[in-house]
Amino acid sequence: MSTEARKPPAQIALKIRRVLGGKTGWNGIAVQFAFAAILGWIAYEIVSNARANLENQHIAAGFGFLRNNAGFDVNQTLISYTGSDTFLRVFVVGLLNTLIVSVVGIVFATAIGFIVALCRLSPNWLLSRIGELYVEIIRNLPLLFQILFWYLAVLAALPNPRQSISLLGISFVSNRGLVVPRPIGESGFEAFLAVFVFGIVASLALRFYARRALFERGQMIRIWPYVLGLLFGLPLLTMLVFGPPFSFELPQLKGFNFAGGSRIIPEFVALALALSTYTAAFIAEIVRAGILSVHSGQMEAGASLGLSRGTTLRLIVVPQAMRVIVPPLTNQYLNLTKNSSLAVAIGYPDLVSVFAGTSLSQTGQAIEIIAMTMGVYLLISLITSAVMSIYGWRISRSLGA
Amino acid sequence: MKRVTLALTLAFAAGLTAQAADAQTLKTVKDKGMLSCGVSQGLPGFSSPDDKGNWTGLDVDVCRAIAGAIFNDPTKVKFVPLSAKDRFTALQSGEIDVLSRNTTWTISRDTSLGANFTGVTYYDGQGFMVKKSLKVNSALELNSASVCVQTGTTTEQNLADYFKANNMKYEVIAFGTNDETVKAYEAGRCDVFTTDQSGLYANRLKLANPGEHMVLPEIISKEPLGPMVRHGDDQWFDLVKWTLFAMITAEELGVTSKNVDEKAKLENPELKRVLGSDGNFGEQLGVTKDWVVRIVKTVGNYGEVFDRNVGAGSPLAINRGLNNLWNKGGLQYAPPIR
Repeated sequence: MSTEARKPPAQIALKIRRVLGGKTGWNGIAVQFAFAAILGWIAYEIVSNARANLENQHIAAGFGFLRNNAGFDVNQTLISYTGSDTFLRVFVVGLLNTLIVSVVGIVFATAIGFIVALCRLSPNWLLSRIGELYVEIIRNLPLLFQILFWYLAVLAALPNPRQSISLLGISFVSNRGLVVPRPIGESGFEAFLAVFVFGIVASLALRFYARRALFERGQMIRIWPYVLGLLFGLPLLTMLVFGPPFSFELPQLKGFNFAGGSRIIPEFVALALALSTYTAAFIAEIVRAGILSVHSGQMEAGASLGLSRGTTLRLIVVPQAMRVIVPPLTNQYLNLTKNSSLAVAIGYPDLVSVFAGTSLSQTGQAIEIIAMTMGVYLLISLITSAVMSIYGWRISRSLGA
Repeated sequence: MKRVTLALTLAFAAGLTAQAADAQTLKTVKDKGMLSCGVSQGLPGFSSPDDKGNWTGLDVDVCRAIAGAIFNDPTKVKFVPLSAKDRFTALQSGEIDVLSRNTTWTISRDTSLGANFTGVTYYDGQGFMVKKSLKVNSALELNSASVCVQTGTTTEQNLADYFKANNMKYEVIAFGTNDETVKAYEAGRCDVFTTDQSGLYANRLKLANPGEHMVLPEIISKEPLGPMVRHGDDQWFDLVKWTLFAMITAEELGVTSKNVDEKAKLENPELKRVLGSDGNFGEQLGVTKDWVVRIVKTVGNYGEVFDRNVGAGSPLAINRGLNNLWNKGGLQYAPPIR
């Protein structure tokens, strides 16, 4: 009996078996497929059932409503919008309002959070007590109350437009918000913008070059005078040559309110303030935990090299702490974005307010609108997570971990 | 707010199967022994709870009248407070049996929500309220004003139309609930508060100094308010519709909660028909022969209900106006019971 040389088993089939079936092999795969098929069937049943019943009950369905006129107005729009625009545009307006308050909230929450954490860690008794008090008070009160508090406190403290507080005669604060002069582009605008962008790019290149010189050749290059010249001197020079890049439209009191100028509404201020101070309390604790997780020997080593406390923190401790800080920090950013949906309580026109609120009850298409809104929040959260993961990965890599 | 909508939507998606197959609302209500009635979160005169949790108001009495016709017991109603934007989802999902929540009858709501209006309990129109200190006498002087409004209402769209048609600018600030809107108006966030005129009078009572505020004379829209039921259950639709007609008919015939028993004994053919000693209209509706007697004993006729909740006998003191009977210069008119 002749025996043939045994062929090596097909690698791909093995791999599939291992990935899908685990230890149970092909049986496991069959179970997985059956499970996926059942899930798919349930999803199909739900969708087709809902469709059929919506039709039976004469409830409008589908996404055709997005092309209909919305017929209502919104008081903060980052893109042009009037009542005769479509529901799709309302969706975009609401989304942008959610994004702007989230981004502003995240920036301020991070800054305040780091400052409070450093206060709590400070050897100064008063500073550390203030930091502790801040964290304990803010994180133990419900966010909705804080939003309402800031809104009503801000409103109560401000006068009506006719008695508004004037800042140098060009900006005005009243309970209609902060009105500032609006810049309008003039002839010198393009040249100014081009030079300004060039200044930023050149400064970054210079910094990159200086760091390489430091790490590879141990050579210290003083770059700040050049950066100053690039960022301020050059644009100033262009302004002298090409004329001023902007003129300003000044706000003027007309009737009930200010006409002209740009306006920041009090709802935005209250919401951004509440979201950033609230989230900052959590971020402060995360940052503190991160810094404490770095061995105290690192601080002592920095001190014995003759570095100041601030420099040691900045160059040695915080970069190591970031590895611990970033994952829970991402959570806080996601929370802040999702919490911005509480805006409806104070009339800030975010996505939930104008789309899942007003548009929903104007059209009655709850399933479509809630699904779209949930999808968008999911997308925002996933993108935020992805960006933070990449950042965390870069930090780990640069630390050689 | 978001969670409520979300929960309702999910319940809605999941419960659709059960709903469509089982369109017998009257049977369900009888089996439950309780009518679920969607009302507002607090609008004096229409539906608001007192400090003991008892609901009163015109919209509340409509539900009590339906409960009276079915159970002969006005307490067998569960009131479900709903925000403007959650109300239709609650009706569609079957959480409530009837929506009696100062809701304006429009064609889009009648045709695309899977629900039907059963009649008009109150003929209203949208108005504006301002502080007297602004020295404004007409809505046409409101250019560049800031306006507080409740989100998810016809009010919001009428407002946009009116200012556009009159070439005026304005800023809209929309809040989730009526109370938040009123609070922001009182805090000075806006110059103008707008809603249905009856609502303006009702909300003015909630302000710290009602005398400092005035309702402008302009009425900028038609707002016929009425109850809503789910589409596709004609028996239930008929019962809710005819409950209101019974109240109006009772007022026409001078039948009140006080004299209904004596009137029922009179040998007047029309009274005998309406009050059930002749014919079986009540049974056709799925309730008892003396359904009108039960309704009138429970809440009174339409005029009594109006006076007690929003009219002369209430703090709102609103004139009958359009809501008077057709033969007294108003619009309230019921088809004959025969």
